[in-house]
Amino acid sequence: MAEFQIQTSKIMSFSLKNIFVFVSLILVAFSPVIASENSQDSTKKETYNPVPAIMHHISDSHEWHFWGEGDNSATIHLPVILWSNGELIGPFLSSKFHHDNDGHHVVEFNGHKLVRVHGKIYKLNDGQQNATFDDQHHVSNATAPIDFSITKNVASMLFALVLLLLFFVISGSKAKKNKSAPSGLLSFLEPLVLFVRDDIVKPNIGKNYQKYLPYLLTLFFFILMNNLVGLLPGSANVTGNIAITLVLSFITLLVTNISGNKSYWGHIFNPPGVPLALMPIMIPIEIVGIFTKPFALMIRLFANISAGHIIILSLISLIFMAQSGLGDVAAWSLSPVAVLFVLFMDLIEVLVAFLQAYIFTLLTSLFIGLATVDHH
Amino acid sequence: MDSMQLVTPAIGLMFWTVVIFILLLVILKKFAWKPILKAVDDRNNSITEALSSAEKAKAEMEQLSANNEKILQEARIERDSIIKEARAIKENTISEAKNKASIEAEKIILSAKEQISNEKMKAMTELKNEIADISIQMAEKIIKSELKDVKSQKKLIEETLKNQMN
Repeated sequence: MAEFQIQTSKIMSFSLKNIFVFVSLILVAFSPVIASENSQDSTKKETYNPVPAIMHHISDSHEWHFWGEGDNSATIHLPVILWSNGELIGPFLSSKFHHDNDGHHVVEFNGHKLVRVHGKIYKLNDGQQNATFDDQHHVSNATAPIDFSITKNVASMLFALVLLLLFFVISGSKAKKNKSAPSGLLSFLEPLVLFVRDDIVKPNIGKNYQKYLPYLLTLFFFILMNNLVGLLPGSANVTGNIAITLVLSFITLLVTNISGNKSYWGHIFNPPGVPLALMPIMIPIEIVGIFTKPFALMIRLFANISAGHIIILSLISLIFMAQSGLGDVAAWSLSPVAVLFVLFMDLIEVLVAFLQAYIFTLLTSLFIGLATVDHH
Repeated sequence: MDSMQLVTPAIGLMFWTVVIFILLLVILKKFAWKPILKAVDDRNNSITEALSSAEKAKAEMEQLSANNEKILQEARIERDSIIKEARAIKENTISEAKNKASIEAEKIILSAKEQISNEKMKAMTELKNEIADISIQMAEKIIKSELKDVKSQKKLIEETLKNQMN
């Protein structure tokens, strides 16, 4: 039992570093309980740690990895484009790094020496031949150029872009030609478009909704398609990436505040019904409020989609944890349960994909509606 | 594993997101949202139009049938009035005929009466004349028989003179 305590505390201290893999850590914490009861030498035997694999799957990378290890893996290598001090480095394929992520392999391109550490590309300082590391395992003799690579997430977004254009441009041309009832693809997409227009945009923005409709429709279908593409096996975690949700919520911030009318700004800088003494408190709160609304949007989408990916990956990892801790029989008997759970989670994730696209669009419409509402 | 990496937005990824999102917005706005929403609005309008024209046609039909009813009603009234008129004419004719007949009858009776009285007068006059003739003849005969002898003639003269003397 004491051994178990040590191991869980070790794991617990690790979990403090990473709140986003909370669920997976619970699963990790459980496996040694069973393991310590059944095997004598559980302390010596390393149980499978799913965290690196999960983190790898939900992070962005320079290649689209499907299965296998190293040079034998099924991987699509994507173009690397870097920007360093006003100079473009690339594009070149990420296969040049030969799957190295520890800074060992030095890539030479146009006289630049590049290494990759944990998915991040560094440019070695002039005259340096190899990457050196400090005691926190950070590269000490290199600078990080801005990475404009077509990463896995960008490629996934481009794939979603192609799908969206295919679906909607075909539907659009069909709608132009056919004046009678919609058929085929259009009959599936049209109700969704009308749902966004009539149930999300119109009731929240009011009479000026027409101006914002193209943006909000694009927003809804962009999030939805990326959510759904993200659910395909081997796909990227696009809408669970903070950079992407940041951009989307920043656009919300811009659109909301640019279209904000007199009464919107009046409520911020001269909140009605607030005594003068409270103004120094209220005005900063209102100003912070401008940013917290889109910030919540950013976090909500990012956390929801990432959490879904983490849960599914954790459930699959359960099988490997059982194998390393309990042996093959346990792994085989556990796998149907894990697969059923994953199936269940996948169905929930389909719901979440729609739900999050709906919520993001709904709240953006609501913010625009609040900023443009006429108080007369 | 650097956990901060998860919540650190990558600038390149943000750049590509902006590019892809704007591209998507521009293309879909022109080639998808406009035609799809236009088709929906057109369809809505045509449905509303069709409904309102159907409503109009229905109202027209109602108007038409009401008109028909009105015309029928008028025709009925006219028919009744014609019948009434005809009946009145008939009654008039009959009563007139009756009147005429009775007047004619009276006239006939009157003239008959007149004729009768005329005939009667004529007959009376003839009878008078006849009686006068017969009386004269009788008187002649009587006179003749009475004045057969001279004595009786003398007696008559005397008597007449006597009457004259008185």
